[in-house]
Amino acid sequence: MLTLDRRLFLKSVAVVGCSAAAHPLMSPMTFAQVPGDGRLVVIILRGAMDGLDAIQPYGDPNLRGVRRTLSVGPDGGALDLDGFYALHPRLAPLLPLWQRGELGFAHAVSTPYRGKRSHFDGQDILEAGTGGDLPPDRRVSGWLNRLLQVIPGATAETAYSVGTEPMQILSGKAAHLSWAPQMSFSLSPQAQILLGHIYEDDALFRDAAQDAIRISGEAEVMTAGQGPGAAAQALGAFTAIRLNGESRIATFSIPGWDSHARQAAVIGRALDQLSAAILALREGLGTNWGTTTVLVMTEFGRTIRENGTGGTDHGTGGVMLMAGGAIRGGHSYGEWPGLAEGQLYAGRDLMPTRDIRAYAAWAMRGMFGIEASALESTIFPGLDLGSDPGFLA
Amino acid sequence: MHPSFSEVAAIRLGFGFSPLADPPSDPDTLLASIAESGPGLRAMSTAAAIDYGMRLREATRRFREGGEAERPGYEALRSELNRLGLVDLHCRVVRAADARAGFGERLVQFWSNHFTTRAVALNRRALALAFQDEAIRPHIGGRFEDLFFAADTHPMMLVYLDQAVSRGPNSRSVKDRPERRFGLNENLAREALELHSLGVEADYTQSDVREFAKLLTGLTINQKQGFAYYSSWAEPGPLTVLGTRYGQSRGGAGRAPERQLDDIRAVFHDIARRPETARHLSRKLAVHFASDVPPADLVESMTAVWQETEGDLSAVYAVLVNHPDLAATFGQKIRQPFDLNVAAIRALGLTGSEIEALDLDVFKRAVATPMAAMGQPWGQPKGPDGWAEAADAWIAPQTLAARIDWALQLPRRLLGELPDPREMMLAAFAGVPPEPIAWAVPKAETATEGIAIVLASNAFNRR
Repeated sequence: MLTLDRRLFLKSVAVVGCSAAAHPLMSPMTFAQVPGDGRLVVIILRGAMDGLDAIQPYGDPNLRGVRRTLSVGPDGGALDLDGFYALHPRLAPLLPLWQRGELGFAHAVSTPYRGKRSHFDGQDILEAGTGGDLPPDRRVSGWLNRLLQVIPGATAETAYSVGTEPMQILSGKAAHLSWAPQMSFSLSPQAQILLGHIYEDDALFRDAAQDAIRISGEAEVMTAGQGPGAAAQALGAFTAIRLNGESRIATFSIPGWDSHARQAAVIGRALDQLSAAILALREGLGTNWGTTTVLVMTEFGRTIRENGTGGTDHGTGGVMLMAGGAIRGGHSYGEWPGLAEGQLYAGRDLMPTRDIRAYAAWAMRGMFGIEASALESTIFPGLDLGSDPGFLA
Repeated sequence: MHPSFSEVAAIRLGFGFSPLADPPSDPDTLLASIAESGPGLRAMSTAAAIDYGMRLREATRRFREGGEAERPGYEALRSELNRLGLVDLHCRVVRAADARAGFGERLVQFWSNHFTTRAVALNRRALALAFQDEAIRPHIGGRFEDLFFAADTHPMMLVYLDQAVSRGPNSRSVKDRPERRFGLNENLAREALELHSLGVEADYTQSDVREFAKLLTGLTINQKQGFAYYSSWAEPGPLTVLGTRYGQSRGGAGRAPERQLDDIRAVFHDIARRPETARHLSRKLAVHFASDVPPADLVESMTAVWQETEGDLSAVYAVLVNHPDLAATFGQKIRQPFDLNVAAIRALGLTGSEIEALDLDVFKRAVATPMAAMGQPWGQPKGPDGWAEAADAWIAPQTLAARIDWALQLPRRLLGELPDPREMMLAAFAGVPPEPIAWAVPKAETATEGIAIVLASNAFNRR
């Protein structure tokens, strides 16, 4: 890992001679004004999480008819939440959060995307935050980036994309930073000073290198975890470090939700990752968890019927989770559409009862005071904000 | 500084210096080298891509019906298709590393990116390679109108920008089967105007996009031949695009098959010759080769020649190559990860055949994976506008860290024994390294770090 403590630094200056002393890659950190205390984390679940399995509506009498081995509710070990919904057993580590009002969900949500049920198109639209009618090149900027553009006082440090997976949701005109917690380079202190000398007069390289060294140095305090959720735990822990500093917005993704076959195993592993990420955020944020909202979103839901290989296929309506001390958890939000024949979308999918973007919009309105007009025209063009679901505490 | 023509040729128009060969010393030699970048011996064709697709369908069917016994064949084919993109990158790097001038391979990259496609589905991977060998490479030194038509009517583009499913609202196929809800898709028409030719600033309307989209109906693909034109899908004419009427007799029966594409060819040619296209693409070339903020005189000169010659690309390149602004803006561009890897391979004194001999997995670890970390996952651009040009899109904390990490790893992954960093530095900068690098490299503690300092330096990452 790239660290530069003062003792090493001085020693290296002595080795290269005095002319290098003026060119260290490290610069003193400056603290800019941060836009408020609210912290927003958006976790994208790539591959389409089965909402009916993660949060099981076991109170719906039609569920057992379409799910024989999956989503069987408390009889299959799921944890009852409110007499109608139950939490998948692999999300058990999050049950205490529900009980403390730090975990909630909205069922039967979706983006405006309909039609071919492609992961790539679905994720594009989720992250672009636009309607489904725009051609791909109109979707290259993401809604978190457009949020940054309207937050007063936002700097590059305000928003982080975490991990190696590109996050389209944060791409766009507004400057932001990205880093992967596993990023490390074993450049010796001597080589750092030499490169610092070379970059000195080139602001683009000098500033990027200084930030890289600072960020990687700060990431080093993390202990590399092991076990089933280690990768996502590292993402959550690193994100917490940034949010405890100047950053207020962060996003990362967790892959592995495409459960066409053997869903029990596939979604189990993925839910372990999600639990680990949320718990790492909570632990890392400490008291700052109280002002944090985590939104967990996926590109679409899955078919209500189990298929022939113990899995489910690409569907439409799904579930969104919210977590954090800033939310009013322990409640379900949204309207349950039912699972009877006439209540489905296209005869096979959960009928979406609300645009998932409306929840994200209300979160941004509550946390950052964004005007309704900006939410409906700039951040989510074409969105009807509708009534406040009231999930912020 | 006043870079010589050789420096401009190597750094700005090629892939950097190599101790094994001198860069071209005059513009004519450089321009003549474009001819070396035609389709190679291992070129992919649409026919071969279609064959891959049929073999995949057959292997899938056999696996479904035959079970486990058929799994090895099925998985071997999937794995082969999955690796095609990597094999292509390997070949591209080999060709670029060996190219004496490199300008032709740089142009292949420029135009492949201008006409971005992306193959997500496994059965399209080979078609994406055929696109480059059939639509791009044969036309980079010719007339833009031929390149434009070849690229935007190639099966890969028809699939990527949804043309393959577009049908005229008044075509026979739609009228005969209204219950199927077939219809028009404007995606290719829009990008052909906005990205590929006129540019978004140009004075065209939604009506032009829609009429152009209708004119393109009939173009599609079929599983057996690749490219197809179905007159029953074509919107009847006449249709007006940018004030010109096309296709009076379109969509009706009776036109000879060899004349069916006449209107479509005509509209591409007309758009290619418009002044907005000349300006948009001259500027784009100048942005790519000279500066994110290209000098006005360079853009004006290229635009003028584009218009005089009706888009003779070689004549436009000649203006670029001879223009003093190319030396005046030296170092303002960032080498994209592909260019950076080739430049490093050349500076390390490696030949294309030495790279070709590498095991594909070694090549992947050394080159392809680091390229993705630097922000260029090969074959997977985000959208139809391709890779970014702006310097700060490539040099940010995470991506610069990835470049430094690569600089430490690459030489050891490619070479059994590291060269003397001081000699490598001289090779990389043709004997005249920038002063800070000449100062720093001898002070490095190890050969690995000495070489990494050269490869990670701003001077080596700029062009």
